[in-house]
Amino acid sequence: MSDAALHDHDARLSACPACDAAPLAQRIAAGGGGQEDIVLSLPTIHCATCITDVERVLNRHPGVRDARVNLTLRRVTVDAPGMSAEELIPVVEGIGYEAHELDPAALSASAADRQGRDILMRIGVSGFAMMNIMILSVAVWSGAEAATRDMFHWISGAIALPTVAFAGQPFFASAWRALRHGRLGMDVPISLALVLASAISVYETAQSGHHAYFDAAVMLCFFLLIGRYLDYRTRAVARSAAEELTALEVPRAFRVTAAGDEPVPVAELRPGDLIRIRPGARIPADGEIAEGSSEIDRSLLTGESIPVPARPGVALSAGEVNLTGPLVMRVTAAGRDSSLARLTALVAAAESARGHYTGLADRASRLYSPLVHLLAFCSFLGWYFATHDLRLAVNVAAAVLIITCPCALGLAVPAVVTAASGRLFRRGMLIKDGTALERLAEVDAVVFDKTGTLTMGVPQLVSLDPIPVAARPLALALAQGSGHPLSQALAQALREAGTEPAALQDLREVPGYGIAGIWQGRELRLGRADWLGARHGEATLSASWLSLGDEGGQGAPIRLEFSDRLRPGAEACVARILASGRRVMLLSGDAAPVVRDLAQRLGIVEWRAGVTPVEKAEALRQLRQEGLHALMVGDGLNDTAALTEAHVSISPASALDAARTASDMVLMGSDLAPVAEALELARGARARIKENFAISLIYNIVAVPVAIAGFATPLMAALAMSLSSISVTLNALRLR
Amino acid sequence: MEILGLLIPVSLGLGGLGLLAFIWSLRGRQYDDPKGDAERILSSEWDDRPKP
Repeated sequence: MSDAALHDHDARLSACPACDAAPLAQRIAAGGGGQEDIVLSLPTIHCATCITDVERVLNRHPGVRDARVNLTLRRVTVDAPGMSAEELIPVVEGIGYEAHELDPAALSASAADRQGRDILMRIGVSGFAMMNIMILSVAVWSGAEAATRDMFHWISGAIALPTVAFAGQPFFASAWRALRHGRLGMDVPISLALVLASAISVYETAQSGHHAYFDAAVMLCFFLLIGRYLDYRTRAVARSAAEELTALEVPRAFRVTAAGDEPVPVAELRPGDLIRIRPGARIPADGEIAEGSSEIDRSLLTGESIPVPARPGVALSAGEVNLTGPLVMRVTAAGRDSSLARLTALVAAAESARGHYTGLADRASRLYSPLVHLLAFCSFLGWYFATHDLRLAVNVAAAVLIITCPCALGLAVPAVVTAASGRLFRRGMLIKDGTALERLAEVDAVVFDKTGTLTMGVPQLVSLDPIPVAARPLALALAQGSGHPLSQALAQALREAGTEPAALQDLREVPGYGIAGIWQGRELRLGRADWLGARHGEATLSASWLSLGDEGGQGAPIRLEFSDRLRPGAEACVARILASGRRVMLLSGDAAPVVRDLAQRLGIVEWRAGVTPVEKAEALRQLRQEGLHALMVGDGLNDTAALTEAHVSISPASALDAARTASDMVLMGSDLAPVAEALELARGARARIKENFAISLIYNIVAVPVAIAGFATPLMAALAMSLSSISVTLNALRLR
Repeated sequence: MEILGLLIPVSLGLGGLGLLAFIWSLRGRQYDDPKGDAERILSSEWDDRPKP
């Protein structure tokens, strides 16, 4: 819509992810009272049975007063005073539905609801007024004469004037704002048409004239408000998606104090604090390991897929993930100085470089508004000088304004965007930014990140062959005992091969090294090469080693190789994008041999390995300078700057929150195929929008000369308006 | 044409009644979860007695 400026504040959360995260963290810390309802996100519910199941199990739970599922938003609101979300999540998950805590303060649902209900109310009022006025107008059109006609006009006016004053408020407010900033939005001609039509109709009625445009004024309000509501819905869904993603991750750290561990918001960490990091947790600030040893997954920060060992003294950066053992870390930099904040600064720089994208609707209205005013003014002057009849000249000018009024134009974009984003939502894609769909249609180059985007970031055993069949139950028993991703992958591969675990004694995990156990007096080990006395060799693939004790020459440890699992749909997605003639690039922070393997497997010719975050952003800037519109698909912190620099960006839901905030769309499922579909759908949507502009242009080309010639009647205005609006809406629905 | 004096107020009154019903349904949050309401009718949970 033309009032993009009006909606700017809610289109995107903000340019910098940290600015969103820090106040949010404070609000979460402040609002721990548990006075409000608990809101849980239920991403997997979809039918009547799901609703009943969830509500029944929650209502039966002691302490719950009421639970109500909202299927449209996929949430459940639970009224349970004194209970916490941690108590309720297992209840819902117990019957097989995924549930996440949502921070009600971050959702600000009530304010958005009020705005939506406000527009609906205005639609309702103008709709009922329009019906009543139409009944009266039909009598006038079919030939009511003299006093009867005047009476019908007066009654119409009595209904129309308050209706226009109430229902037209959004247009008047937005037009006033536009005028104050010295611009002519689409709302200025709309407001002018509404005011002029009402005023001239009152004057004509008082003079007992033939034509009154009360019906046209109210109908104009009605159709335009529908367009406005569709527009609002798309934005509200996008905003609630963005808020939901922010609300999902509650940033807390555990500070070690004399009295035990206390949870504190990440924003309150100070250099010198000692914090405890559990296995599997993300590291909240930069620091140095004080106690404990473990392995660290740096893939989100650098793109490397092989975990690195961590011992006291090793430096850690915010965003890395602790894998095996608990660690105590001394914070060296938090907040503004941390590596996370430095990356955020990079994102802000990229954001300001991208500049503001002007949507199709804005460009159309920029062309259209001056033209309409000029036309109306010229016809007024022409008729005035030709006839010296002021009343006739004003009448013609009002008719021109009403006929050209952008009913269809106001519906053209929102109707298509609503249809398209609804379809993308069903395929698991959330649009966070209003103009993302239009920008996606312009894409001619696609840049992928490797780890976590084209691959799952989850290792997969290359082959079971190196493990003797007799040793497999032992390997499974060892692997089951460890939470390390490589062990988990080994355990899964063995279980799929039908292996049963053997009984081991004294199973113990040595954080940072591996896992060991005793079987028939022999010590078995599974873990890092150096711990088992083997040499790791060339590190193209992640590897783990299995030692089966020292008996009968079996002592040499067995090397188990793992590769990164390809994301489902990745091959098909890349193939489809390549087939459509777009350029595909692979930029990864990982080592060259791994990236080359993957690029060859997917048929990507342009690939670069060992790329730093700055170089990624640089590469995208270069694409822009070549005149290409790039789509960036990435998930890591190292991608955030590139995601912002790109023309349009997509990140998977598994991505770090900073990356999801920086991107325009979020892929909810693990399948990558919707990316290729979205590209095609976006092109289709843009074509529909252009068709819709063409349709409303044709109506104008036919009707405007009639209006300028002075032959326009209220009946013609009503017909042109409703026909063009309906044909535009039907054309938008063809997208499904 | 005297009938108009009766019919016009009646038609306006009926229109106003419809508007009031709409405003009532809007105030009652009946448009908050259209998808959920469409599905809820298929559930047999409260078929035998009303929800307390």
